[in-house]
Amino acid sequence: MSAPATALAFLLGIVGAAAAIGIGTARRRQVDLEQWAVAGRGLGLLLVWILLAGETFTTFSVLGISGWVYARGGPTLYVLGYLILAYIVNFFIGPPIWEAGRRHGLQTLGDFFAKCYGSRALTAVVSLAGIVFLIVYLQLQLTGLGIIVGLASFERIDQHAAMVVSTAVVAAFVWMSGVRGVTWVSVLKDFLLVAVALVVGVGLPYAHFGGIGPMFAAMLKQHPGHLTMPGGTTNLTHSWYVTTVLVNSCLFAWPHFFGSVFTAKSADTVRRNAILMPLYVLPLALMFFAGCAAFLVVPGLKTGDLALLTAVRTTFPPWLLGVIGGAGALTAMVPASIQILSASTLLAKNLYRPYVAPDLSEEGLSRVAHWAVPFIAAVALYFALHSSTTLVGLLLLGYSGVCQFGPGIVLGLAWKRVTSAGILAGLVAGLGVAGGLTFANLDPFRGINAGFWGLAVNLLLVIGVSLAAPRPVPGFD
Amino acid sequence: MKKPSPAALFLGFLPFVGVCFTVPLWDRVNPVVLGLPFNLFWMLAWACVTPLLMLWAYRIERRR
Repeated sequence: MSAPATALAFLLGIVGAAAAIGIGTARRRQVDLEQWAVAGRGLGLLLVWILLAGETFTTFSVLGISGWVYARGGPTLYVLGYLILAYIVNFFIGPPIWEAGRRHGLQTLGDFFAKCYGSRALTAVVSLAGIVFLIVYLQLQLTGLGIIVGLASFERIDQHAAMVVSTAVVAAFVWMSGVRGVTWVSVLKDFLLVAVALVVGVGLPYAHFGGIGPMFAAMLKQHPGHLTMPGGTTNLTHSWYVTTVLVNSCLFAWPHFFGSVFTAKSADTVRRNAILMPLYVLPLALMFFAGCAAFLVVPGLKTGDLALLTAVRTTFPPWLLGVIGGAGALTAMVPASIQILSASTLLAKNLYRPYVAPDLSEEGLSRVAHWAVPFIAAVALYFALHSSTTLVGLLLLGYSGVCQFGPGIVLGLAWKRVTSAGILAGLVAGLGVAGGLTFANLDPFRGINAGFWGLAVNLLLVIGVSLAAPRPVPGFD
Repeated sequence: MKKPSPAALFLGFLPFVGVCFTVPLWDRVNPVVLGLPFNLFWMLAWACVTPLLMLWAYRIERRR
């Protein structure tokens, strides 16, 4: 077999095995939204851990981290930093969210806002914005998939064609399997991701430099400034790092993350899970090593996103490129599935039912959520095919946006005097500031992350408006 | 919502100091430790220490 055929055969074998696991482990009948969206709140510690890891370790972990190290160097440390801290936030905020979910039957971020604040307008803004950011994140996964298949096939398969086909596969998979099936595929994916991280993170430095230490020695000798901030950039400074890490540690505010808390069996499961999660940073550090190796071995690429697989292709045999590509494809498809599922549930439950069909039955709701899957997937695919932003750029935009949900979630649980008018005003202003700065290409603005500026305005308004016009909200008690 | 204990919050705050607020102090390549630039070593050390701190916080929270 020729090199591209070998690589592609391995890649497709892995994706095929994953699809078989997902469909095989799904409950036969998925009419029930409670099963489809939150697995009947029955997952134990290990499965929740794997599901959360499945959500966090996306195609960005494979292509994005190595790509950022390649193009930017030191600032990439923000990824490791925020992942260590985000689960500390989860440790404290996860159990009360789970508790509220159990008592009030919540399944989505929109449900949380609807129940806590009793405001239709606020719920609509949160759900709509949540869907938009999920589509941004999805677009990132699909772009990554296109890059992986393109490189693994030695450019024989067109990136766009690969994106169209894999989007269809993901949508079909979500429709059939729901969150439980996705979790089981995550088991395969995480196992492969750790193996691949070892192969590229240790293998690339050994193949070219005889070890990780010698590689860093070569790196520091040839490019002494690349591995500290601002590295290969001019504006990603320490103030940018601090504010970006803080903004991104609002990981819990992502709608798909928020939903996954409800899949856990108990609040204790959520908390113990948060203790263990920082350990997942270790395989990501290996991707950091791989990015350094690529920087030295294949310099001068057009974008960093191509760096890892190009280095792999010039170093390892085609079958290994296929395995790495297959693992990479799963790291795109698993989170993409969860994001589509989450966006579809938000669309059906928190926008369609309250505004279009208030009398919809539970069964009808589940049907609408299923039909929303191809719709959401198609929208994300459209943007993925027509946009040229790099992976990390997209991700930063999403994080700047979702952290604006943070005050509504935290204060809704912890501050008795918060009002829905305050939260709505803060959210709209925060989204406006963060989005405006990002789209005007002013992120970071004066050395500070756009999402952080948005969050500052957001919090000021929430507190100001809530104190100026007291009006108790339903809350959870 | 039941408020977390100050001791648990303090333990959770330590990694924020370690990997976030103090970045100007540790973002440098020297000394190289275990073959790694210092900033990378520092980060990985915190990735290992943080679960221990949170396990301690978990014990405190459960006792209440």
